[in-house]
Amino acid sequence: MSVIVSVQNVRKTYDGGFEALKGASLDIQEGEIIALLGPNGAGKTTLISTICGISSLTSGAITVAGMDIACDYRKVRAMIGLVPQEIALEPFETVINSVRFSRGLFGKAKNEAYLDEILKTLSLFDKKESKVMALSGGMKRRVLIAKALAHEPKVLFLDEPTAGVDVELRKDMWNTVAKLKGQGVTIILTTHYIEEAEAIADRIAVINGGEILLVEDKAALMARMGKKQIRIELLEPVPEIPTKLAPYGLELAPDGAGLTYTYDINAERTGITGLLNDLQAAGLQMRDVQTQQSSLEDIFVDLLQEDGV
Amino acid sequence: MNFQAIAAIYTFEMARFFRTLKQSFISPVLSTSLYFIVFGTAIGSRMEAVDGVAYGAFIVPGLIMLSVMTQSISNASFGIYFPKFIGTIYELLSAPVNFLEIVIGYVGAAATKSLFIGLVILGTAYLFVDLDIQHPIAMMSFLLLTCLSFSLLGFIIGIWAGNFEQLNLVPMLVVTPLVFLGGSFYSISMLPEFWQTVTLFNPVVYLISGFRWAFFGTADVAIGISLGAIGLFTLACMGFIWWIFKTGWRIRS
Repeated sequence: MSVIVSVQNVRKTYDGGFEALKGASLDIQEGEIIALLGPNGAGKTTLISTICGISSLTSGAITVAGMDIACDYRKVRAMIGLVPQEIALEPFETVINSVRFSRGLFGKAKNEAYLDEILKTLSLFDKKESKVMALSGGMKRRVLIAKALAHEPKVLFLDEPTAGVDVELRKDMWNTVAKLKGQGVTIILTTHYIEEAEAIADRIAVINGGEILLVEDKAALMARMGKKQIRIELLEPVPEIPTKLAPYGLELAPDGAGLTYTYDINAERTGITGLLNDLQAAGLQMRDVQTQQSSLEDIFVDLLQEDGV
Repeated sequence: MNFQAIAAIYTFEMARFFRTLKQSFISPVLSTSLYFIVFGTAIGSRMEAVDGVAYGAFIVPGLIMLSVMTQSISNASFGIYFPKFIGTIYELLSAPVNFLEIVIGYVGAAATKSLFIGLVILGTAYLFVDLDIQHPIAMMSFLLLTCLSFSLLGFIIGIWAGNFEQLNLVPMLVVTPLVFLGGSFYSISMLPEFWQTVTLFNPVVYLISGFRWAFFGTADVAIGISLGAIGLFTLACMGFIWWIFKTGWRIRS
C-alpha cells in the first residue's frame, strides 16, 4: 500500500494564540480505515480541517497523493470528502438539491443515477424530495455523508459521524464505511466511541495535546497493550488469599468470594494451568470461571494516563 | 475554471429566490406604488417639473436605484452570511474553487435577483407615469453595473458581519441615507451651492445621475464621470474580495 495522505510536522496556532497542533505527523495508507482517537480538544478536528483546507496551517507540510494541499488545491480537494462533526445543512432545501449542489461544487458533471444510488445506500432515497429541515437528526447526518460522497472522493474524512446517532443507524454507517472501503476509498474517522474504532478501523492513531502519540495496527495494538483477566468465583468465601497463591498477584473481591488473575496474553507462559492446580491444592473450590479481555477503551485510557491526562 | 461549481452555487442561490418569489415580487411593487402615490401623485402634482421632466417621472430612476442598491446588498450579504451562520461554509472552504468562482456564483445570483426587482419596479412605474427612455442600452448597462457593484459590496458586508444586526447595519445606516441624499428625489442643482459640493463626495450621486441621464438625457454630473465612478467602485470591491480570500479574513481560521 502507498501513502495517500502525508502530514509532516504540522503546527497550527489559532489567532488567539492557542496551539492546537504541535508538530503532528501522520501517514495514512491508501485504502485503509484509520481511526483518530483522542479526548475533547486533542486536535482531531483541527487536524482534519487543516487537511481539508478549512483551516490554514501555521507550519509543516501536508500532501495528498503526493500533491501539496495548497499548491495543488484543486486536484487535492476534488479527491477529498468531508463529513463535519456539526450538522450543517441548508434547512430550506431538499435532500437531492443539497446533494446535487455538493457534486457541482466539487466540479463534477451531473450524474443523477449515481446520486440516487448514494441515497439508496444511505436509506435516504424515499426522503429525496423532503426538505432537510423536516428530517430527524440521524437522517441529517446521512445527508451530510451523501453530500461528502456526491463527488466520488478517494479519501473520506468522517469527523465523529455517529455522535448522537442511535444504535441501528450506527451499525448502518459501519456497513456503509465497510462498503466504501471495499470500493477503495481511504477513510479517516474520528470518534469518541472506542467500540466504533474497534469495530471498523484497520489502524488506530491516538492524538492528545496536538501531538500524535501513537499510530499502530489495531490488532497489534490490542495484542500489545491487551491484558486478559480470569475471574474465579469461589464456592466458599475466604478471609484472605492463601500464601501458596501469593506469587500470582491475585486480587480478592471485598466479599471474599472472588479472585481475579491478570496476565499478559503475549507472554510465553500465562501461568493459568499452574494457578488452577495451586487453587485446588490450597483446597479452594470453584463455582465459576470467566475470562475477559481489555477493550480498546481500556487501552486508550491507559495510554492517556501514561501521557499525564 | 470550475464552471460546474459556479453553476452549482448560482442554481442553489437562485432556488432560495424562487422559494420566496411572491415576497420578492410583491414587496417592491407595493413599496414603489406607495412612493408613486405619495411623491408622484399627491405631492408631485403640486411640484414643478425638474429639468423639464414631470416630478412623477423624475423620481423613477432614483426609486429603482434605491431598491436595487438595498436589495443587492441584502441579497448578497445574506447569501454568504447564511452559510457562515449555519455552518455550511465548511463545504465552500473545502471545495476545489477559487475566490473568483465563489464570487461569480454568489454575486451573480444576488445581482440577478436585484436586476429582476429593478425591472419589476420599472414595470410598476409605467402604470403610474409616462416614461420615455432615451438611452435604453445605457439604462440597462447602468442598472446591471449597479446590481453587480452593490452585490459585491453586499458580499463583503456578509463576510464581515458577525451577527444579523451587523448585517442590517450598513444598508440601514449607510446606504439608505446615501441614496436619499444622493439625489433620488431631487436634482443636485436644487441644493444651495455649499451642499452641492458636499454632495459630490457621495458616490451614489454619480450612479443616480448617470441612470437618470439614460432615462431623460439630463444629468447632474457628466455621464463619463458617472461611468468612471461606478467602474472604480466595482474594481475596489473586487480588489477587497480578492484580499479577503487571499488572507482568509473572517472566513478561514
